[in-house]
Amino acid sequence: MKRAPVYGLMAEFDSPTALVEAAEKTRDAGFKKIDAYSPFPVEGLAEAIGFHHDLVPLVCLIGGLCGGIGGYLLQYWINVWSYPVNIGGKPYHSWPAFIVVTFEMTILFGGLSAVFGMLALNGLPMPYHPVFNVPRFAFASKDRFFLIVFSTDPKYDAASTRVFLEGLHPKSVAEVPD
Amino acid sequence: MAEPTPPPATQRAPVIEPGHTFGSVTDQISSIVLTRPTSNGWFVGFGIAFLLTMMLLYAAGYLFLKGVGIWGITIPIAWGFAIVNFVWWIGIGHAGTLISAILLLLRQSWRNSINRFAEAMTLFAVACAGMFPIFHLGRPWLAYWLFPYPNTMQYWPQFRSPLVWDVFAVSTYATISAVFWFIGLVPDLATLRDRSENRAAKIIYGILSLGWRGSARHWHRYETAYLLLAGLATPLVLSVHTVVSFDFAIGIVPGWHTTIFPPYFVAGAIYSGFAMVLMLAIPIRKIYGLEDFITERHLQNSAKVMLATGLIVAYGYIIEGFMGWYSGNRYDAYTIWNRFHGPYAFWYWSLLICNLIIPQVLWIRKLRSSPFWLFLISFDVLVGMWLERFIIVVVSLQRDFLTSSWGMYYPTRWDWAIFIGTIGFFLACMFLFVRLLPMISIFEMRTLLPEAEVKE
Repeated sequence: MKRAPVYGLMAEFDSPTALVEAAEKTRDAGFKKIDAYSPFPVEGLAEAIGFHHDLVPLVCLIGGLCGGIGGYLLQYWINVWSYPVNIGGKPYHSWPAFIVVTFEMTILFGGLSAVFGMLALNGLPMPYHPVFNVPRFAFASKDRFFLIVFSTDPKYDAASTRVFLEGLHPKSVAEVPD
Repeated sequence: MAEPTPPPATQRAPVIEPGHTFGSVTDQISSIVLTRPTSNGWFVGFGIAFLLTMMLLYAAGYLFLKGVGIWGITIPIAWGFAIVNFVWWIGIGHAGTLISAILLLLRQSWRNSINRFAEAMTLFAVACAGMFPIFHLGRPWLAYWLFPYPNTMQYWPQFRSPLVWDVFAVSTYATISAVFWFIGLVPDLATLRDRSENRAAKIIYGILSLGWRGSARHWHRYETAYLLLAGLATPLVLSVHTVVSFDFAIGIVPGWHTTIFPPYFVAGAIYSGFAMVLMLAIPIRKIYGLEDFITERHLQNSAKVMLATGLIVAYGYIIEGFMGWYSGNRYDAYTIWNRFHGPYAFWYWSLLICNLIIPQVLWIRKLRSSPFWLFLISFDVLVGMWLERFIIVVVSLQRDFLTSSWGMYYPTRWDWAIFIGTIGFFLACMFLFVRLLPMISIFEMRTLLPEAEVKE
């Protein structure tokens, strides 16, 4: 599929409240493919742009379970099957002694899955992205808040979308080249 | 945490001084890294720390060449400084995780300005700690034998040994601490990428920031992952020093074989960790003019945590003494007697003065809010906690069941060189950290400002 030469239209705001309001209005106007950028996590912003399904907890749970079960089975296999050593007549399968390593492996794999899962779902690392083409966007990591309507949105139209965004009283509106 | 005298909320020092904006917070913290010229003091401090690191390298090189015989360890005291320093360093690391994970879950927002460098402190302290068991192996180049991997010797680790648990606990802790720290840095690295004028810095920070752009979807997943990581790191940090204490408590040596060890070790770890946080925070806020962000409130709260954990440690000492008598076990009783009257009695009395008596001045509000006194008391606590580990390791092993196997331990200059060398390594890492990375989490500071709240 041929991509549009324009990635989207971006509006700049100066407070998190203005951004959340603008995002809600944009969704209400029927735009589906939008995103918002802020220098810190803003409460309610993800809901305002219509993001609900966060898969990170599931990835973390699966990772943690794999780590825990794998850690226990590793010890079981080693101490019962592969390399059984009789120590003071204690059973080969002395499960209380295996709890510590099982626990640590759960934490290790759960934690790494949460982090790498988050990065993978976010599509990071991604050094280049069209939004960086807007010079004002450098302030998205300082004190400015941005809202973008992607050109792939069915309602997107270069002229009318710009008029709509300007109606939200932004500090500036810029076209994002792809 | 019970506060001795809770002052009214209005009188409390603020977490962040009023008058700051998103921009001023960003500029003030990022300018330390980006525009502030490196001072002569930094070069002198880093130079000294670097020389000590070189001493560590020299001593470790000589150790690898000659073997552990250059240390003072001998039978019955085969653990010596290596294990004393291992436990001391890893304990110091615990405060960083406590601040970044447990206080996050408890919604203590004052932590936001000290968590970054406390996490860095954790990472470097764990690096110092991790060296010692490896040095102590005798054949450190075979350290990978500690991990289970298929090998031609058809050998596997013995999972019923607490020493193997320790390998897993410490390596998991090091990994999770590193990941937690780095992931917290990503949005701030993006800020540095966008603020930096220097092309090379822009590229390096750009690569490290992974292309972070602050999308609402990204922030949402980011916060979830961060919270999950905090939830996982909380039991982890408690487990690490518990497992370290198992190294002792599972053994039958009098003075080690007690059930109080896990909680008493964890409290001691946090006690010494907060002392180190204060010893780092007090000079840093002064030198870099960060009194607006690391306020009196942070110092006071850290002092209160120190006081509370210090009392738990005191309880541990009392119970140890009580159990020595109450158990009716003559070896346990003798261990306690030996601490007070044996050849290392001077050090045990010093420990009691450093850890129990002097920190009680923290009950006085005036001293608790004076950076100068807090610095001195923190130093005293660090010395005291080091002595505690020395007493636990050396005095317990020194005289166990049979008089024929009693002995003495005298550290050599190589013991001291490696110990002081790791302090140099730790400080060198801290110097590089404050120069190259934002030492306060910029994005979390922005969330503390009143403007950050979304008004309906």
